Amino acid sequence: MVKKRFEELLNTAKLRLLKMHYTSNSGHLGGNFSCIDALMTLHHRIMTSEDRFILSKGHSAGAWYVTLWSLGKLQDLDLDSFSKEDTLLPGHPSGKGIPDLHFSTGSLGHGPSLAAGMALAAKQKKLDRQIYCLCSDGEWQEGSCWEALIFSIHHRLNNLTILIDQNGLQGFGTTQDIISCHNLTSRITSFGAEVQYIDGHDISQIENALRNISLESPRVIILNTVKGKGLHFSGTLESHYLPLSEEQYQSAHLKITAEQEK
Amino acid sequence: MRNSFAKAVITQCNQEEYFFLTGDLGFMALEEVQNSFQNRFINAGVAEQNMVGVAAGLAQEGFKVFVYSIAPFCYARPFEQIRNDICLNNLPVCLVGNGGGYAYGHMGPTHHALEDCAAMNALGVRVLVPAFNEDISVMLNELSAPTYLRLGYDVRPKETDIFEYAAWREILQGKRGAIAALGPLAGLAWQALLDIPVNDRPSVWAVTEFDETKIPTVFWKQIAEKPLFVIEEHVAAGGLGMHLALAMAHHKIQTSDFIHRYALRYPTGRFGSQEFHRVQCGLDAKGILTMITGATYGS
Repeated sequence: MVKKRFEELLNTAKLRLLKMHYTSNSGHLGGNFSCIDALMTLHHRIMTSEDRFILSKGHSAGAWYVTLWSLGKLQDLDLDSFSKEDTLLPGHPSGKGIPDLHFSTGSLGHGPSLAAGMALAAKQKKLDRQIYCLCSDGEWQEGSCWEALIFSIHHRLNNLTILIDQNGLQGFGTTQDIISCHNLTSRITSFGAEVQYIDGHDISQIENALRNISLESPRVIILNTVKGKGLHFSGTLESHYLPLSEEQYQSAHLKITAEQEK
Repeated sequence: MRNSFAKAVITQCNQEEYFFLTGDLGFMALEEVQNSFQNRFINAGVAEQNMVGVAAGLAQEGFKVFVYSIAPFCYARPFEQIRNDICLNNLPVCLVGNGGGYAYGHMGPTHHALEDCAAMNALGVRVLVPAFNEDISVMLNELSAPTYLRLGYDVRPKETDIFEYAAWREILQGKRGAIAALGPLAGLAWQALLDIPVNDRPSVWAVTEFDETKIPTVFWKQIAEKPLFVIEEHVAAGGLGMHLALAMAHHKIQTSDFIHRYALRYPTGRFGSQEFHRVQCGLDAKGILTMITGATYGS
């Protein structure tokens, strides 16, 4: 019953995300729909009020804003202003008006280090606090991610969890074609982190992976996802950039609603 | 100055709220800091972007954090982390750049920091350029916002005492205009002008902060209709000379001369010690004397 209710809430969030991007005529839908399952599961089923979250893939701000909305931390009026003039919710999260925002993100490769610093601070203060950081897969072409990984493993930051939304597409092609960035699991494992590779759209798998406590090292959870999951342009590069037409919006709305009614 | 810095850090900042991060530098200088800070001292390795990001994470959780490296590795390599992670959140992180200007001389241009103050000023970081060893302990009293501390060498005349700290300090009196010297060059100018009669020399001002509001009225009076000399081991773009020219425009100050000596980068394409590069830029003692003589008496 609880699971059923969460799935209903998840679909409601997806519809709200769809509407928000449609009314603001914003792109980046693909990366939002590839990670919203993980974001919702993490925030609703795992995180406590003590924990911290950093959205390193700042271009998925929409999915995170909607997640905060689903938690009652943002209002409809806030979402209505998304990516418009005089908004608190820009296309990449920034500023002081967003609840639970710790850092302005959008330039890739920053989150893992910031999260490592927060994890170190929690350890120094002897707090029972978990730090979560969501990255994109293309983001791991940034050297700073690997710097942070080395640091986190060396300092045994087992209160740190890095999630990687591996949807396989980046700005101008696939991660595999552009810079052979597809085998993240083996690469990160070789650095000494505990890596789990799961279906990033399977709620049970996400929840189980997040509950799988690490004893020695930071955890990395690689989410095998589909960019623009559930949308007409899922799995294509168009989903990285293009906003929705009226027809595409209605079609996607019907599709998600049908999913909800199953 | 780094030994004075290390002593001041241990004396004033060895508290639970402070962390000290270094990018694998500090041999024969930071050992005592490491011993004192224990697990709050972290050698983050040769990974400056991560070091600054980690510092931001710590600071966001309430710690005050030092980030130490050779100057260019401190401000240039992790520039975006400073901009996005520290400055956008106005976090209390003190970036400590050892070896400002040409101080790493023979190490070559990759180790010089000639545009650091401009870069940090542009981000809204508070830039501090101590002129004398004693300045550092005063500067460490106030670390509540993004700060860049540029360390060099205190070269003031031997056995001289300095006046109480101020961002603009007159350290040598003179009657013919004024020299505004950025950081350690003030000590060099002091030494160079000691034997010139007071009526024939400009006063020497040690400038350690760029904040225009801290320029005292007496300085403006000294340079009105008289020569102003600006010396800095920093490129002209965004340096003390530009800041001062803007401040003069704001205050409607007219001088008889505005003579600016600054880092010319590498005009001959050859490299050497800090002294070698200072000579090339006219920033050595002889060059300063020539500059003063030419402007004071005409030629």
